Amino acid sequence: MSSEALKDLAEHIKEKSSAVLACRFERDELVLEAKPDKIISLLRFLKDDREANFQLLIDMTAVDYPARPARFDLVYNLLSLQQNQRVRVVCAVAEGAPVDSAIDVFSAAGWLEREIWDMFGIVFAGHPDLRRILTDYGFQGHPLQKDFPLTGYVELRYDEALRRVVYEPVQLTQDFRRFDFMSPWDAMTDMQQLPGDEKAVKPSVGWRPYDRKEEKAS
Amino acid sequence: MSKYEDFSAMADIADETQIRPYTMNFGPQHPAAHGVLRLVMEMEGEVVERADPHIGLLHRGTEKLIEYKTYTQAVPYFDRLDYVSPMNQEHAFALATENLLGITVPDRAQYIRVLFSELTRILNHLLNITTFALDVGAITPALWGFEEREKGMEFYDRVCGARLHANYFRPGGVRYDMPAGLAEDMYEWAETSILPVIDDLDSLLTENRIFKQRTVDIGTVTADEAMDWGFSGPMLRGSGLAWDLRKSQPYEIYDKLDFDVPVGKTGDCYARYLVRMEEMRQSVRLMKQCLDKMPSGRVMVDDYKIAPPPRAEMKGSMEALIHHFKLYTEGYHVPAGETYAAVEAPKGEFGVFLVSDGSNKPYRCRIRAPGFCHLQAMDFMSKGHMLADAVSIIGSMDIVFGEIDR
Repeated sequence: MSSEALKDLAEHIKEKSSAVLACRFERDELVLEAKPDKIISLLRFLKDDREANFQLLIDMTAVDYPARPARFDLVYNLLSLQQNQRVRVVCAVAEGAPVDSAIDVFSAAGWLEREIWDMFGIVFAGHPDLRRILTDYGFQGHPLQKDFPLTGYVELRYDEALRRVVYEPVQLTQDFRRFDFMSPWDAMTDMQQLPGDEKAVKPSVGWRPYDRKEEKAS
Repeated sequence: MSKYEDFSAMADIADETQIRPYTMNFGPQHPAAHGVLRLVMEMEGEVVERADPHIGLLHRGTEKLIEYKTYTQAVPYFDRLDYVSPMNQEHAFALATENLLGITVPDRAQYIRVLFSELTRILNHLLNITTFALDVGAITPALWGFEEREKGMEFYDRVCGARLHANYFRPGGVRYDMPAGLAEDMYEWAETSILPVIDDLDSLLTENRIFKQRTVDIGTVTADEAMDWGFSGPMLRGSGLAWDLRKSQPYEIYDKLDFDVPVGKTGDCYARYLVRMEEMRQSVRLMKQCLDKMPSGRVMVDDYKIAPPPRAEMKGSMEALIHHFKLYTEGYHVPAGETYAAVEAPKGEFGVFLVSDGSNKPYRCRIRAPGFCHLQAMDFMSKGHMLADAVSIIGSMDIVFGEIDR
């Protein structure tokens, strides 16, 4: 788990594979940014290369950033048992753009891609069985997209008269509330030290030392 | 399915020899389906041609809900994923949040976490092994094992007030210190009570002829297949891969403790059973070591921006009162970034991929459940086996639908 070995590995991958756009370390975790059209060749390289040897696709997921032009971040989490290293491959995907399925490289991708299709609506080209997996039969929409409401669109109940379960548009007896705790005060974790407070116990995160120059400037 | 769709054409080719495969629903109310698994099976006589698990019947949208909750409010959702090993999952979330916050947990809290993680592992394996035995026809292990499991649950109850949904491992430590007398009782349980029960299970099952007939050479997975399908935990170790996150990427204090990682040789249901049996014994060892070495001190970080102040202090200090109020309404803000934290949960690698945008709620919280990948392999593991063997395979996978459906 030494970070030296991970740095060497990052160098090696950058050198050998053309699919890597950028390579960064986030809290000692190796993150590779990949081109979406070359993602499969990169995964295959990471799996087959002797020095990398990432044989396990531990996880695959997506993150939705609606404001970005390429809306989704597709995240592959790989693990190498031999090297005892993890790597995260991230590629930005636009809405509606198909991504090649990784099922030929890792069999485990089958359900993980089905889940991403179900939850985010990212289409995987070449997936043999891209059905919804977690949501109801006949479900509409992709729940983990940021613009999908938490309460959903339909609710179901058992209808005594019809003697079956019926779907109805969701009706909330109380409006959905999302409290904005951010205002009116500054967040506790991003606070500036006040003058005369230098001897107080410092919080472990989000603390900035008191800077006289900053005060004068303002 | 498509192979047999054109039924009339097929009848022309060979009228008597072709039999239409029988499509059968297994579950979602079958007791051996371990919850709400609906398995659509295509049978050729009594041989499974194809097994298609339909999951999602217990889908509650945990990942979506967590995006709308503060970090403190997100913790209880983890109890409700795999509801037989709640604390291990809180652990993964706590580690991910602590990683983003950049805080270290006090020593005593780390020992308590490991102690209860290992207790949970024993409870989980007790449930799995006994219900697995029940699925293949043995009733006694369930009766004996559950009695002991209940004693373990009492320790849960005493430390956090709940038998199942603990909400005990919080980012920054654990919620309460252990009450007086609990450590002694747990030591006594580990010393005298649990091992004889494991030995009893051993004598009931390990050399049992029926049990072996139902499990040996059933659902065999090679090491390569196990890696290809993303297995972890006992499923990986049963196939001969010596991989345990507690050893290879030690978190908390596992590197200070002495334990062995059992590895199976054959990769079948029996090997996975043996691995779990030995893991319970190792967990007992770990629990005893934790109790022996348990230091004194705080169980939560000494920072009221993350951990609530003690109730007594709130009565006298305005500062403490404000901290308490802010923590339980707004919660704490986590610096922007993303991280992946994984623990060796009883079922395998349980991971949390946490993305923070610097606010008081996670931007995205991906839950990597081991059972999801394991169940995916159901089709290839049961292909060519008898229907009754599918039950053994499900039993040996140790699946719980709380975590698979999320």
